[in-house]
Amino acid sequence: MEKKNLKGWLYLLPAVLFLGIFMVYPLIDVLIYSVEEGYNFASQTYTGTGLRNYSYVLRDPYFLQALKNTFLLVVITVPLSTGLSLLISLGLSSIRPLRELFQTVFFLPYVTNTLAVGLVFMILFKKTAYTDGFINLILSWFGMTPIDFIDGPYAAKMFVLCLYTIWVVMPFKILILTSALASVNQTYYNAAKIDGTSGLRIFFRLTLPMISPTLVYLIITGFIGAFKAYSDAVALFGTNLNAAGMNTIVGYVYDMLYGNSGGYPSYASAAAILLFAIVLTITCINLLVSRKHVHYFS
Amino acid sequence: MKVTIQDLTKKFPGRGRKAAEEVTAVNHFNVEIPDGKLVGLLGPSGCGKSTVLNLMCGLLKPTEGRIFFGDEDVTNLEPEKREVGMVFQNYALYPHLTVLQNILFPLQNRKGPERLTKAEMREKAEEAARLVQIDGLLDRKPGELSGGQQQRVAIARALVKMPRILLMDEPLSNLDARLRLQTREEIRRIQRETGITTIFVTHDQEEAMSISDVIIVMKDGEIQQIGKPQEVYDAPRNLFVAKFLGTPPINTFSGSVRGGKLFIGENAVLEQKGIPDQDVTVGIRPEGFLPSPQGALVCGLDRVEVMGRDVSVVCTHPACQNPVIRAIVSAESQTDPDAAEVRFDLKPNKVFLFHNKTEERIL
Repeated sequence: MEKKNLKGWLYLLPAVLFLGIFMVYPLIDVLIYSVEEGYNFASQTYTGTGLRNYSYVLRDPYFLQALKNTFLLVVITVPLSTGLSLLISLGLSSIRPLRELFQTVFFLPYVTNTLAVGLVFMILFKKTAYTDGFINLILSWFGMTPIDFIDGPYAAKMFVLCLYTIWVVMPFKILILTSALASVNQTYYNAAKIDGTSGLRIFFRLTLPMISPTLVYLIITGFIGAFKAYSDAVALFGTNLNAAGMNTIVGYVYDMLYGNSGGYPSYASAAAILLFAIVLTITCINLLVSRKHVHYFS
Repeated sequence: MKVTIQDLTKKFPGRGRKAAEEVTAVNHFNVEIPDGKLVGLLGPSGCGKSTVLNLMCGLLKPTEGRIFFGDEDVTNLEPEKREVGMVFQNYALYPHLTVLQNILFPLQNRKGPERLTKAEMREKAEEAARLVQIDGLLDRKPGELSGGQQQRVAIARALVKMPRILLMDEPLSNLDARLRLQTREEIRRIQRETGITTIFVTHDQEEAMSISDVIIVMKDGEIQQIGKPQEVYDAPRNLFVAKFLGTPPINTFSGSVRGGKLFIGENAVLEQKGIPDQDVTVGIRPEGFLPSPQGALVCGLDRVEVMGRDVSVVCTHPACQNPVIRAIVSAESQTDPDAAEVRFDLKPNKVFLFHNKTEERIL
């Protein structure tokens, strides 16, 4: 028995070591950084411990802006991208010809580089000395005044950021949902058809419950992913996100560490811990809500 | 509800390399099913019997032919308008709904004036559940039920809307042997009580023979014979039907008719007047053998299997087309298991002659 135990631990050792060094230790370190007040990078000294870093971060207008941006991004993109992906997957699974072609087309954004996609969005939306951008060109056909999507009003910038995020996250969701829909046994639909079930009722009473585990998985990972957004904003608005007013929480953490105004690991850590707390809370709420509505089958 | 099927044909397009070749699953199928009968659609796997069922419920559209429920032509009617109940081979119970919700499902689909109140629906569902004796399980999920119970729920769900006809696809194939016996009695009882014309598909001839009013034997998409189980057993139209019905299966021999006598090998076994001389295939039911010391058919004895009331005599004959002959004889006949040979007289009504080429029955 003893020997068996030892063997078990030995098997676990590589994973435990890696997780310990690269996850558990940094996590604890971040927590310690976040309560060390007046930390000096150069001398590696601090003046005392307490929650002053948190109160600084929570009063920093840049952080509050980042918080607002991140929340808006999450609230807008997660439901929209999941809903749209579900609609597209339903469409994909109900057509026969050209299905493979459409699947490939819908999956393309997933294999495309973020910055390359950013470039495409620039061409579509950016206003320069020479052109107003493709979208503005279309808008002008309908007699609307050109809008500066990249350097203009907040709502326009937020719109582009959300559009970009939705466009980037949808391929994965479509892929997962299409396979979830395909795994539903066809006889359920046959049985429902013979019993005269309307299409809408089939969707809400059969399809949706059957794919609910997949849907919940996508919503939870969607929330987490959107809260960690950063590179998308950089791709659209450049590295000085604070100036553009489009920073995200992760962007704020990065700026506090390495940005032009950086060199404050304590503030960065406090912001990171706050983000962690937010994501944890939202995920717990998600799980609690979904427990009532998800059906797992053996 | 009387069901009439006229000239029903279903062809499926070929796949892949054989795309040019069509597969004919059902070939000019004609049958008239009287009202209130239990009909067994019987045949080996791949003979098109499930396709016939899917054509009747409307999940498939026929290539040719017509289907009538009563006098109404339902050939082009969508499945939801046909008012049929269907029990699927894997039951297709919705796993996330309880037994009660499953049974209520077809009723909740109704709209407009046909829609019942909640209380009426519940009453109907409970009535259906009582009929199949699962009224104690209404709050369970299908995953918590045994195979036999799931089967009953599936039947209740098909019956709750009082369908014009009830269709069952291999209703017993997922049950163990004991439960199969029990459930087939149950299906018979439920069908009698409701009086709904029921068609069930099976590849198990014993199952079909034991409970059906009428059996339809199919092979390669074509009807071989239609009739009451006993009639079909006693008077098979061709060699296939003779071989397919009965356990143990019929014994077949190469034989010939010469000068008004039937020969099996060199043994002249029966008088056979009125048939021109020719080579034939002879089928003898296991119960058609009568052990007798002066019997006409001389067989080498292999072994004797005692089954209590009956004895199964396993023996060999050079003209036999099967590896062994199996004769079921009364235990009182006292066959000596150590003898080298055994002789039989034959019961004429258990001996069938088939044409060598066409395999149609001559007598």
